[in-house]
Amino acid sequence: MNDAGSVFTLSPESVAEFDKIVERYPTKASALMPVLWLIQDSAGFISDDAVVWISEKLEVTQARIREVISFYFMYRDTPQAKYKLQVCHNISCHIMKSRSIMTHIEKQLGVKPGVQTGDGMFVLEGVECLGACGMGPVMQVGSHLYEELTIEKVDAIIEGFRSDQPVTPDTDRKLEG
Amino acid sequence: MTNNQYKILSRRFDRNDAHNISVYEADGGYVGLKKVLSHMSREQVIAEVKESGLRGRGGAGFPAGVKWGFVPEDVEDIYFMVNADESEPGTFKDRFLLDYDPHMVIEGSIISSWAVRAKLCVIYIRGEFGWLVDRVQAAVDQAYAAGYLGENIQGSGYTLNMIVHKGAGAYICGEETGLINSVEGRKGQPRLKPPFPAVCGFLDKPTIVNNVETVASVPDIIIDGASEYRKHGTEKSAGTKLFSVSGPVKNPGIHEIPLGLPFNEFFHEWLGGMADGEELKAVIMGGSSVPVLTAEEAMETNLDYESLAEAGTMLGSGGMIIIPERCDMVELIQVLMHFYWDESCGQCTPCREGTGWLHRIVKKLRKGEGTLEDLDLIENVCEGMAGLTICPLSDAAVMPIISFLEKYRPEFEALIQNEKESISSSRWAREIRS
Ligand SMILES: Cc1cc2nc3c(=O)[nH]c(=O)nc-3n(C[C@H](O)[C@H](O)[C@H](O)COP(=O)(O)O)c2cc1C
Ligand code: SF4
Ligand code: FES
Repeated sequence: MNDAGSVFTLSPESVAEFDKIVERYPTKASALMPVLWLIQDSAGFISDDAVVWISEKLEVTQARIREVISFYFMYRDTPQAKYKLQVCHNISCHIMKSRSIMTHIEKQLGVKPGVQTGDGMFVLEGVECLGACGMGPVMQVGSHLYEELTIEKVDAIIEGFRSDQPVTPDTDRKLEG
Repeated sequence: MTNNQYKILSRRFDRNDAHNISVYEADGGYVGLKKVLSHMSREQVIAEVKESGLRGRGGAGFPAGVKWGFVPEDVEDIYFMVNADESEPGTFKDRFLLDYDPHMVIEGSIISSWAVRAKLCVIYIRGEFGWLVDRVQAAVDQAYAAGYLGENIQGSGYTLNMIVHKGAGAYICGEETGLINSVEGRKGQPRLKPPFPAVCGFLDKPTIVNNVETVASVPDIIIDGASEYRKHGTEKSAGTKLFSVSGPVKNPGIHEIPLGLPFNEFFHEWLGGMADGEELKAVIMGGSSVPVLTAEEAMETNLDYESLAEAGTMLGSGGMIIIPERCDMVELIQVLMHFYWDESCGQCTPCREGTGWLHRIVKKLRKGEGTLEDLDLIENVCEGMAGLTICPLSDAAVMPIISFLEKYRPEFEALIQNEKESISSSRWAREIRS
């Protein structure tokens, strides 16, 4: 793909994190998933250049890296919207009427699921069970969940993102001590 | 309502501080680990866990101590993996253990790893539980700092490292060999068995995979003994079990029950019955992959492995889904068939093609374009899918649809005979049909 070697660079902190990961895992190849996470978390997605870079560092073929990226739903190889609203459409949430939440968000954002809003802020996705079935309907945004969604709650969440004052997710509970 | 006397695994769920190692230690934490390292042999630990009757809580219910006994004696590099992939629709219990009591899971993982002589323990957390990954990693760091992990643990000469591995969104990684491939940095496709992972697993070395709830049960068994553990539950289904309950009941959420509890009692007294205005139609007892029970069938069964098998279903993961009368069963099965089709890893033709067929047929039925032959076709496709594949995901798709069709056939037939009426019977039908 890229004969001239990789042009991809990581920040010094990420390089330190990369070294730590590789040290922790028993083989270089087994460090692939956490390394993909590291890159996606810092760059937002995994670019072609990043694939070349990982391939050299972990001594894994580019083909295998691409195969892994496409196998796992959460790895992305294109730039993503700032806020991905991922609403569970599986059985328990469906029983609790997640469909009406989806429809409402669609209306609010003015785009179909899978299509980014013009400003690149939002995308709506229907996703499989998020492991929060008893608190449905639920949606994931980043590494947190919003649970027991209602139309009002969803409006507040979207407004929170728009005004850069995100509503605290339900999984972000206050810890003591 | 919820019975506090059975809150054993969940006893710290209403606290907000047990993620701190000092709080956990003050509450009797890491005593089990110290006990095994100083006073017990590996054989004794395995014997105690066998004696307790603890069965795997991930779905299959295989006795934990027996599995540990499969690790060959003469091998050096052994691995232990804790399955926190928790992706079976309806299941959300492991997440509470990791969130509210991460040290109990870690202590159980260390004891289990020690019992099978593992040198590395991997806690595999599904990618969607991003916030948990950080929390569990912080707890693991504390355990290292306190000398419960790393080299020469508590002066015992035993060295164990622990990795918190974050998945990236694939149901199939919950299958234990898919999980192992995933940790190797591959697609999470299951492996053909035998060889079983206890003999040839991660990096072709012996590897034991256990569910979060299974390992979390271990410290108490070690501290209080197998006979204490057996005080709850039945002869063959020992102990307590976390049920994660979803759907419109008064008290959904996590309930820890003594196995053997009648569903009737659980439903009325613990769950408080249905939410206002709702009526019970059906129950999926152990996660989306098990056969559905009608309300009448459910009311007659007890919540333990044997009773549920007798009732024609399974305890599975304990992910109990309560289905209300207002739900259209064909619509629900479409949701599930979409899921299995989406999550099939594609290695086996019967699964890859079969899940696609099932999804398409149900979709066609719901569009009002189905025929009676399509119902036969569902059965034929299922026959070709069950028991013929590398892993049981294929069966996991078959069991719900066959049971839905068998028990709610009139709803399927109504879509054929009287298209208009049946479609308008569900408010959500039109939207999801698109
Ligand atoms: C498709 C599929 C998905 C599975 N998902 C999970 C899961 O999310 N968590 C889990 O513990 N076991 C899951 N299992 C079961 C595991 O393969 C394995 O039996 C289990 O982790 C063993 O642990 P246990 O004996 O303690 O239950 C799944 C199995 C299949 C076939
Ligand atoms: S049964 Fe399905 S999910 Fe399991 S290995 Fe075969 S194709 Fe993959
Ligand atoms: S079904 Fe929606 S979180 Fe499980």
